[in-house]
Amino acid sequence: MTTTPRMPGRVWIGWIKAVLFALCLLPALRLALGWQDDALGANPIETITRASGEWTLNFLLITLAVTPLRRLSGLNWLLRLRRMLGLFAFAYGCAHLATYLWLDQFFDWPAIAHDILKRPFITVGFAALVLMTPLALTSNAWSIRHLGGRRWQALHRSVYGIAILGVVHYWWLVKADVREPMLYAFALAWLLGMRAWWREQERRRQQSMPPPVPPFKGRVIRIVPTDK
Amino acid sequence: AKLGPLAASPFSTGEEKTGYKAVTTYNNFYEFGTDKGDPVENAGRLATRPWTVRVEGLAGKPRTFDIDELLRFAPLEERIYRMRCVEGWSMVIPWVGFPLASLLKRVEPLGSAKYVEFVTHYDPQVMSRRQVLDWPYTEGLRLDEALHPLTILTVGLYGEVLPNQNGAPVRLVVPWKYGFKSVKSIVTIRLTEKQPATAWNKAARHEYGFYSNVNPQVDHPRWSQATERRIGEIRKRPTLMFNGYAEQVASLYQGMDLRANF
Repeated sequence: MTTTPRMPGRVWIGWIKAVLFALCLLPALRLALGWQDDALGANPIETITRASGEWTLNFLLITLAVTPLRRLSGLNWLLRLRRMLGLFAFAYGCAHLATYLWLDQFFDWPAIAHDILKRPFITVGFAALVLMTPLALTSNAWSIRHLGGRRWQALHRSVYGIAILGVVHYWWLVKADVREPMLYAFALAWLLGMRAWWREQERRRQQSMPPPVPPFKGRVIRIVPTDK
Repeated sequence: AKLGPLAASPFSTGEEKTGYKAVTTYNNFYEFGTDKGDPVENAGRLATRPWTVRVEGLAGKPRTFDIDELLRFAPLEERIYRMRCVEGWSMVIPWVGFPLASLLKRVEPLGSAKYVEFVTHYDPQVMSRRQVLDWPYTEGLRLDEALHPLTILTVGLYGEVLPNQNGAPVRLVVPWKYGFKSVKSIVTIRLTEKQPATAWNKAARHEYGFYSNVNPQVDHPRWSQATERRIGEIRKRPTLMFNGYAEQVASLYQGMDLRANF
């Protein structure tokens, strides 16, 4: 009988990462080819804007799904894919912003500034991308070492808020049919809710536990005051 | 099917027409789905015969018109109009139709009639059952807007019978207003004294006013209206007052605050 190791070897992780990297590039590749073949419909700029925005949200949710998946499945090596997924969320977010600045507005800075200040959905989306930047910049071993694990983790927990901003951005953009943003909102609520639940469970477990008893051997000798 | 013969119109623009494919595959027709590609997928289910249009309300001679009667009602004209969507894109479309005024005059509007309400077809058997908007979709015009020679009832485009996704068998086209005012698949036209409720205004009062004239100076909370992207082009172009029809229609709004009456 053979036993499966919990952790795939170094080489396996390398392969998995390479395949995942290629998969993550597919949406971008499809858009690039579609642009070249004029196959993105009557309003290709709108198609690219929408697709890059949706993939930013998709990757944010996929990244947030890593921890719950790891907990539920016990596949701890999944954690080693999280950084790449998070960076892809940032990359698609940058592509989304670039599409807006370049293809859509053609660097009309006054119009862009007006949009960011006056249109709540753009304000929120822009804020989300700005807030993602420090997370992307500190997604490396050097930053973890220099910030210290605890501070690094605190910083990266802001991804919860960023994901909420992202879903709000989508919700406010939609004219009337909020079905799709609602799906994202449900998925995000589920992912964040699981974390809140686990955290609460952990808190309760710690509370209900008796204070730790020091290990000792031998008999207990009571010291009773002698004066009655 | 070809429509014809078609008279040319002095109101037609000489600008380059948007391709037939874009005009018939990139549509807002929420009854058939909210994606631009949904109407062309789903509108085939709509049966456009038999079809009648009831013209009623404050009219001396209210009447129901059969669609085939409407097709022969007045000489059909080709009207090549700019169409500006509130979402910031535009097209140039060769519509086929006749002035709404000729139909309204036939029913003899009463002096008390001040507005015209349009009610469109809604059939949950073939259309979306989700209450994205308050179905049936309704719209309205002031009577003088409805009687304006630019306002047409449309039965075709590119010289052919109107495709379902574009609002078959008969729709309204009001070229100086945002596209959502130009309702599709009309079943009732009602002359009224009070300003009728309109679908988008009911959905978002602060975003879509009753007038909804194309106006680059009045910002929409969601989109800048200063510029637009002509479908097929990459760079945006400035949006024109009344979508370029100011010469013909500006007098309708003399002395009105167009910011308050957006």
